[in-house]
Amino acid sequence: MYFQRASYTTVHVVERHLIPCAGEENWVDSRTVYIGHKEPPPGAEAYIPQRYPDNRIVSSKYTFWNFIPKNLFEQFRRIANFYFLLIFLVQLIIDTPTSPVTSGLPLFFVITVTAIKQGYEDWLRHKADCSINECPVDVVQQGKAVRTQSHKLRVGDIVMVREDDTFPCDLIFLSSSRDDGTCYVTTTSLDGESSHKTYYAVPDTMAFKTEHEVDSLHATIECEQPQPDLYKFVGRINIYKDKEEPVSRTLGAENLLLRGATLKNTQHIYGTVAVYTGMETKMALNYQSKSQKRSAVEKSMNAFLIVYLCILISKALINTVLKYAWQWSPDRDEPWYNHRTEHERQRHVVIRAFTDFLAFMVLFNYIIPVSMYVTVEMQKFLGSYFITWDEEMFDEELGQGAQVNTSDLNEELGQVEYVFTDKTGTLTENNMEFIECCVDGNVYIPHAICNGQILSAASSIDMIDSSPGGYRREYEDLFFRALCLCHTVQVKEEETVDGIKRGIHQGRPTSFYISSSPDEVALVEGMKRLGYTYLRLKDNHMEILNKDDEIESVLAMFCSLLLCVSVFSGEYLLFCKGADSSIFPRVVSGKVEQVKAHVEQNAVEGLRTLCVAYRRLSESEYREACHHLTEAMLALQDREQRLAQAYDVIERDFVLLGATAVEDRLQEKAADTIESLHKAGIKVWVLTGDKMETAAATCYASKLFRRSTQILELTKKRTKEQSLHDVLFELNRTVLRQRSISGLSVDCLDFGLIIDGATLSAVLKPTQEVSGHGNYREIFLEICRNCSAVLCCRMAPLQKAQIKLSKEHPITLAIGDGANDVSMILEAHVGIGIMGKEGRQAARNSDYAIPKFKHLKKMLLVHGHYYYIRIAELVQYFFYKNVCFIFPQFLYQFFCGFSQQPLYDTAYLTLYNISFTSLPILLYSLVEQHVTIDALKREPSLYRDIAKNSLLRWPVFLYWTCLGLFDAVTFFFGAYFLFDNTTFTSNGQMFGNWTFGTLIFTVLVFTVTLKLALDTRHWTWINHFVIWGSLLFYVIFSLLWGGIIWPFLNYQRMYYVFMQMLSSGPAWLSIILLITVSLLPDVIKKVLCRAICPTATERAQVKSPQRKSVLFYSENGFHVLLQSVFS
Amino acid sequence: MMASSYKDEDGHISVSGSGAPAGAVGDSLRSKKPENTAFKQQRLPAWQPILTAGTVLPAFFIIGLIFIPIGIGLYVTSNNIKEFEIDYTGVDVSSPCFDCSQKLSWNSTRPCTCSITFQLDQPYESNVFMYYGLSNFYQNHRRYVKSRDDSQLNGNEESLRKPSKECEPYGKHSNKPIAPCGAIANSMFNDTLELFYNEPNGTRVQIPLTATGIAWWTDKHVKFRNPGGENGNLTAAFQGTAKPVNWRRPVYELDADPDNNGFINEDFIVWMRTAALPTFRKLYRIIQRRNNLLPTLPRGNYTLEVVYNYPVRSFEGRKRMILSTISWMGGKNPFLGIAYITVGSVCFLLGVVLLIIHHKYGNRTNGADISH
Repeated sequence: MYFQRASYTTVHVVERHLIPCAGEENWVDSRTVYIGHKEPPPGAEAYIPQRYPDNRIVSSKYTFWNFIPKNLFEQFRRIANFYFLLIFLVQLIIDTPTSPVTSGLPLFFVITVTAIKQGYEDWLRHKADCSINECPVDVVQQGKAVRTQSHKLRVGDIVMVREDDTFPCDLIFLSSSRDDGTCYVTTTSLDGESSHKTYYAVPDTMAFKTEHEVDSLHATIECEQPQPDLYKFVGRINIYKDKEEPVSRTLGAENLLLRGATLKNTQHIYGTVAVYTGMETKMALNYQSKSQKRSAVEKSMNAFLIVYLCILISKALINTVLKYAWQWSPDRDEPWYNHRTEHERQRHVVIRAFTDFLAFMVLFNYIIPVSMYVTVEMQKFLGSYFITWDEEMFDEELGQGAQVNTSDLNEELGQVEYVFTDKTGTLTENNMEFIECCVDGNVYIPHAICNGQILSAASSIDMIDSSPGGYRREYEDLFFRALCLCHTVQVKEEETVDGIKRGIHQGRPTSFYISSSPDEVALVEGMKRLGYTYLRLKDNHMEILNKDDEIESVLAMFCSLLLCVSVFSGEYLLFCKGADSSIFPRVVSGKVEQVKAHVEQNAVEGLRTLCVAYRRLSESEYREACHHLTEAMLALQDREQRLAQAYDVIERDFVLLGATAVEDRLQEKAADTIESLHKAGIKVWVLTGDKMETAAATCYASKLFRRSTQILELTKKRTKEQSLHDVLFELNRTVLRQRSISGLSVDCLDFGLIIDGATLSAVLKPTQEVSGHGNYREIFLEICRNCSAVLCCRMAPLQKAQIKLSKEHPITLAIGDGANDVSMILEAHVGIGIMGKEGRQAARNSDYAIPKFKHLKKMLLVHGHYYYIRIAELVQYFFYKNVCFIFPQFLYQFFCGFSQQPLYDTAYLTLYNISFTSLPILLYSLVEQHVTIDALKREPSLYRDIAKNSLLRWPVFLYWTCLGLFDAVTFFFGAYFLFDNTTFTSNGQMFGNWTFGTLIFTVLVFTVTLKLALDTRHWTWINHFVIWGSLLFYVIFSLLWGGIIWPFLNYQRMYYVFMQMLSSGPAWLSIILLITVSLLPDVIKKVLCRAICPTATERAQVKSPQRKSVLFYSENGFHVLLQSVFS
Repeated sequence: MMASSYKDEDGHISVSGSGAPAGAVGDSLRSKKPENTAFKQQRLPAWQPILTAGTVLPAFFIIGLIFIPIGIGLYVTSNNIKEFEIDYTGVDVSSPCFDCSQKLSWNSTRPCTCSITFQLDQPYESNVFMYYGLSNFYQNHRRYVKSRDDSQLNGNEESLRKPSKECEPYGKHSNKPIAPCGAIANSMFNDTLELFYNEPNGTRVQIPLTATGIAWWTDKHVKFRNPGGENGNLTAAFQGTAKPVNWRRPVYELDADPDNNGFINEDFIVWMRTAALPTFRKLYRIIQRRNNLLPTLPRGNYTLEVVYNYPVRSFEGRKRMILSTISWMGGKNPFLGIAYITVGSVCFLLGVVLLIIHHKYGNRTNGADISH
């Protein structure tokens, strides 16, 4: 099959180093794809045929054969697993107190469960891979379409794709069944955007209509090596015709059809050439795991682990030293009743001491439990479902709820100190409406849309400053044309391809505009209402229906998104549309002052403004500009840089035409959300590219700034007057003074800072000056720390990522909806994407995605809060229960001659963390609600109670550890004094060491479980079931474990031990006593803390109406009781 | 810029990247509205108790009120139990057993006996339990605890011939397997204690000691079994095995009674249950009450006849003989009663303290509560 195919697809693929010619320096890695049955062009460089991967997608990680070794290797790369493996190996090698089963079984369990999970996922991947790799594909071979399987595609093959098919690999678009050489594509499975995008065929090949024609093409494609950016592609196609010089055409992202995208509204497209296949497609390159973010809780957990590791090692060391001190006399070392074997005796004392040390390590290793990692991971994984299940975060309009992309950061949502939010699309709807425009100083306001119908041109324009004249008329025309031409809006027809013409001609608006930028849609629609209708782009000509119902066809050549050159009635005109800050410097004439004033006025009203300017070009200027641009566009390396250079040459000496104003409404409940965040002690920063006035207006509307807020300005306008240094110091003084006056009161300290991008970069720029002038950065951060709200306007997308609050590393959250927010989202501790109008890139790159900004409130205040307290308790409790578990063993060593005799039976050692005490805490960490959801939403200030990792600070950790130590001492010495030299039974028989251990273990299991029960504030039936159930399970297991002689065990030490213990009255009494004593301190601490200095959370618990009645009832009951006692 | 921020840490593709079909399925699933169940919306009905001074107070008083009477009861019961303890190690020169303790050696054939007289001030009314106690004897040493073969003790023929290696160095003797093997069995307590009542008229009456019923029933009947079936010849069953090194007699000659011989000898079973602490006591004999009118052990002088075999002085150990009566709560144990009384009083006291706090601070929170 392979050879047969190879014989007639002669596609030569060459990877070579291009000889650096003018402008193509540094271009090292490129690939050249030869299409067609032709020889490589004469004079081409020597090439080395390069093997490319076939089109097989391999998303699976393992094969059947390497699964076990590879998976094990992967798992043991984790430090925790490796530690447990070491312990296990030590147990296998040396003579240890506990059998290897005790640590082997949990480890085996964990490893197996993980392996099964990963194996299952991999099996699913294999299945998915298989179905993709075997789906049929049409390849053009010798002028015919041949059906083959997807994975047999090679680089350079010519492929035919039909409507609704998915592209099998990354293809260069050669020709389409549509006359204009376009096709529509959806990229839902790539980036989640369901809108149709238009792709363009290579102009020279778009005429090909049959397989034969396509097959006769003689061309090479040069392009860059695969890279994951979906929206970037640089390449060129060289087409050879007869003996002429090859024709070079530039290839961009609009010519590259991506694997995974689907062809829509186009019958079929021929002649697409595979350039990237298999694992080199952009889709495959993109689905790679992102860099991992670690939560603050995880960091604390690791710190605690290190403390425990130190405790473990010091325990083992102390015991080893004491052992040898104690054994100094041979009668103790080897009394007559207890000799060593000869083999042991011959061992060197150092080796013996070392093995003893290891044995102690093994005995105490349970203090760092395997199960904690598993439980934490399960908690995170399962817990994150509550976010996706949340009905309140479901948006009917979008049909989507919240989405969790990583569950590692759940608890970080409860720790956020700074929120960085994008403005457009995040705070605002991103639903633009054209409000007005100002042409040469005159203001035009289109009337509201009347049920989508276009009003007649004359009536729709309301001229405010009417001063008719030809001069004005000309400007008006130019202005409207500019807005009709300068955009990337596409016309999307409702039904068929021919729909456009019919629809427009019959005056029925069956078509609508789509664009990645809602501003442009608003502008174009606004123009439509003003009488200039953009019809479509056809063969590089844009068609406009002008006021007089004439169709004008304009040759438009796009230079950049905001710039276009058009040939208009024989003249060359260069139009430019952009932000006022970028337009004004380039303007030489026009009514600059008037427009500027108007723009500012609009901005204060919270409208988004754009300016329009134009320039007349002479024939020669046009040619020159074209030449520069084409050259830059054909470059494969540094294309963007060179384009920018070319633009700089052209974009100058503009004549200002006017400005537009577009309104963007606030999202619903945005103000409420921001207010809640403020109350929760979270500082909100708004980062936007908008003008300061616009942004500030939005900030006031969204209650980011209140009337009482004192605004500090740090903008270019101010720094022009004073030096940056003075401004900074002055602001700093203001802030500090205010703080010293108001003292502790939080409300008075309401500062808002406004800073713009230029100043920000000046501030953050590492100063070369000597420290004398101080570090601006530090002062700036000091100011920021004292401001509850910060507005950064005029920010470049990249700058959004640069805002990092150094030094203290507060937890930051970034929220945004557009591609320009992605870097910020990736950079922040928690990145939240909004499934907005500007595509799904932000949502895709985020850690969590929510439909609307208002959902942030519940996400942080409710879910984040819950996750944090849940995981904090989980971590502390795990350490606590293992201190309780292991410390008695440590104490026992003092009474058994430091012989590493375990206190508990092997089964208990093994199952303690796996089954007796695991489920209650897991359940707690999933469903606990210390305060009701409503209370959390009602009182955002509760969020302050858990700020700065308050439940996992060292004092709290110390408290838990001390509690564990106290309990362990109670268990051990309680049992010790009860056992000391007395009979426990009523028939005079004695108990042995295993009963002693079982007694302690029983007290331990009950105490630890009841401690959790005391901490539980939210007793659902599941909690009851799991807590009482796990205690019952312990009892049943113990009865069973001691109930029979287990044939596979070589010892029967537990036989009837548990039953005998239960048959003794004093054992019951002492169990009850010891449990009570162990729980007492914690209860007292809780009650005292609550009574004397209740936290806000504790107050909120009491306030909840349901509880009030309970409390009331019990208090009344108690008073009655007391009265009867004391009277 | 964006693309470069993808970092491939694991070098593999995540699950979601399994291609278009999977993604499409995920999309259609995700677009479904989440179910409105109480569990998924975290709105399960729940009981929400809080530990306030108000709620905890009654509990403290109740605990106090329950614990103090129990403690008093336990303490009284414990005080009513009569216990007599005598050390017969023979450390002092004046002690009757001093000679025996000095010249003791494992291979002496002639047993050394000594007798100690003592006086009971009170009559022992009910059944009296006779214990021997050892001090400074580490039965809980790891090497010692595991030095046994439970399967051999359960009558397994194979283990009888080939004891587990845990028994080393007490597994084999002159190439014969030791039965019962291991350090525990080897060091079995082998003093013989006999009790005589010296009647006021001078005659010595031997007090009958019952040697059965001192081991757990389950141990005697299930866990320990002789090899060779129920009624087999013990001597034949143990043919080819060696006696433990320190034993004077082989295991099948421990007792004349076939139901108390071999592995199911109760003295042996009692010894095999290793003690938890280095100072321990083990049940030796039971003195049954025969006559309802007479006390089991009347007031008066007694003689303890000891066949002194067991050396403890090498590791500074002590040997004791204990006579004790037993109540429903076992032997004399004042600790439990005292502990109950203490905890009960502490709870009560805390209750009072909390009451004060509750009145002082509770009103404040209540006030806030009401004003809310």
